[in-house]
Amino acid sequence: MSLELILSIVFGGICAVTALLVITRINPVISALFLVVNFASLAGLYLILNAQFIAIAQIIVYAGAIMVFFLFVIMLLNPESEKKFFSHKPYIKIFTVVIVAIVFVQIIYMIFLAQPSEELIKESAKSVNAGTIEQIGRELFTNYVLPFEAAGYLLLAATIGALVIAKKKFE
Amino acid sequence: MTILEIVAFTLIKIVIILSLMLFTVSYLVYFERRVSAWIQNRLGPNRVGWQGILQPFADVFKLLLKEDIVPEKANKKLHAIAPIIALFVAFSTYAVIPFGPELQIFNYKIPLVVADVNIGILFVLALTSLGVYAITFAGWSSGSKYSLLGGIRSSAQMISYEISMGFSIGGVLLFAESLRPIAIVESQSGWMWNAIVQPIGFITFLVSAFAETNRLPFDLPEAEPELVGGFHTEYSSMKFAAFFLAEYANMIIAAGLIVTLYLGGWQIPYIDKLGLPSLVETLLQVGAFVFKLIAVLFFFLWIRWSLPRFRYDQLMNIGWKVMFPLSLLNIIWVAILIMIFN
Amino acid sequence: MIEEYIPVFIVLLIAVGFAGAVVFSSKLFGPQRPNSEKTSTYESGMKPVGTVRERISIKYYLVAMFFIIFDLEVIFIYPWAVEFKRLFGEHGISVFISMFIFLVVLELGYLYAYKKGGFKWD
Repeated sequence: MSLELILSIVFGGICAVTALLVITRINPVISALFLVVNFASLAGLYLILNAQFIAIAQIIVYAGAIMVFFLFVIMLLNPESEKKFFSHKPYIKIFTVVIVAIVFVQIIYMIFLAQPSEELIKESAKSVNAGTIEQIGRELFTNYVLPFEAAGYLLLAATIGALVIAKKKFE
Repeated sequence: MTILEIVAFTLIKIVIILSLMLFTVSYLVYFERRVSAWIQNRLGPNRVGWQGILQPFADVFKLLLKEDIVPEKANKKLHAIAPIIALFVAFSTYAVIPFGPELQIFNYKIPLVVADVNIGILFVLALTSLGVYAITFAGWSSGSKYSLLGGIRSSAQMISYEISMGFSIGGVLLFAESLRPIAIVESQSGWMWNAIVQPIGFITFLVSAFAETNRLPFDLPEAEPELVGGFHTEYSSMKFAAFFLAEYANMIIAAGLIVTLYLGGWQIPYIDKLGLPSLVETLLQVGAFVFKLIAVLFFFLWIRWSLPRFRYDQLMNIGWKVMFPLSLLNIIWVAILIMIFN
Repeated sequence: MIEEYIPVFIVLLIAVGFAGAVVFSSKLFGPQRPNSEKTSTYESGMKPVGTVRERISIKYYLVAMFFIIFDLEVIFIYPWAVEFKRLFGEHGISVFISMFIFLVVLELGYLYAYKKGGFKWD
């Protein structure tokens, strides 16, 4: 067995187990902890696929920044009130089951039935070195400048949105 | 090199660095107490061994033999996991800090860094961003008001200063053209130290490093008069020792980063002109790294016993209203410098 | 490629093992005689008052929000910073300008937050 295979089994296993633990734990803070581990093992999987910069960005942004925000919200609101929220509204459960079923079918279809296009296979051969930060920087600032600037506007909108939502509270 | 050789060399390097780090941490605590005593005209610990030189060992044994008290209101699992995260982060970030140039022994060329990887310096950033969890979990899981307030304050402080730290590193990368720490050190050859070329970035990084390691004047989370012990109020025995150990280990890592990013790493300016044999040159450069590291560590101790603590609103103001714009200006300044001189 | 990362995995494994060993060593060596006085919450020698689970100021959420946004900005800056010298040699000043526009757009958000008191702590 090659090293890549062993590592992808290890990281994939951690990923699957922690994902299950996230949805089965009752205490939401413990769930959040497992979600962080899940993101970290996902970064390991990216690393095996040669996407080094994406792997580390995954940890810095998702495991580091977004989960801190989640934790702040979970820890400082009362988790007890959330329990009531779910027990009183059964239609939310039905809604959740339907959504999850659709996503599940889609994933099964993608993995076992869909054929990757010829072009995708050709492109993937080229992408062996595409994961380093040098390549990403080169692509981002030559071929993808416009999407990059658009991301700037998206972040601006997010800043203003965050303030508007919070403004009612501190004025 | 084959995989087995890589593993073997890595293990050797890890054992050496880990034991050196543990040694330095224990004597850093001792020196901190002696230096503070000296600055405040006291004696400090001087009873265990000659001049108190065995004090760190006495401390370790004392903490080891203490009862581990877990408060009944605490979330037991998280209460135990928090110090593990703190130690895990503090004792894995050293992996990408280079402490010397390539060492040539027999037929092997050994780079004097544990992991020379493409993502390099971002590895440190990723791990420090995970370090926030140790403090948040410790604060929340203890079930005590003081812990919660200390933890939440501390994590807000850490994430605020992480931004200006990130921007300051951006200025360094502009010169180095790589994330590899070795390339970063080599880009500062001669006197082209980043501390000299981009002093604003150096200052913002230094201040952020103080805030990230929770050192005075930014040790708000454990402001004794108002928050008792901050996030580790409810910790005792080795769990408390874990936080303590992590704090000092983080200080060493921060000092190592400052040396690598801004003070030319292991380099001695113009040493290659002397024509020394390569082994001697390598050893001298490792010595230079250690010397710079100790100098920065002394600076850390000196600041702690010379400055008063900031108020919390002042701390957040400095982070968001001063350090943030300054570190951003530094990036633009460095980019303009490069455009002029290229 | 993945061989380069073997040392990183080893370091992480050893760090986890070391951290776990330190934290659980007190269970081995220390005494275990808990009583209700010892395990009660610390309150400077008084009976504990109030609850822990109180809501805290919205400022902390706001800081966490800004952290996500500006952390993303930092992540965008790194690929640019690493490639800047080489790209400047090939494409000239346009590389600088595209980043400058990005920063200006984001700093508009920063200034808006500043004006609205998003960074005020008193």
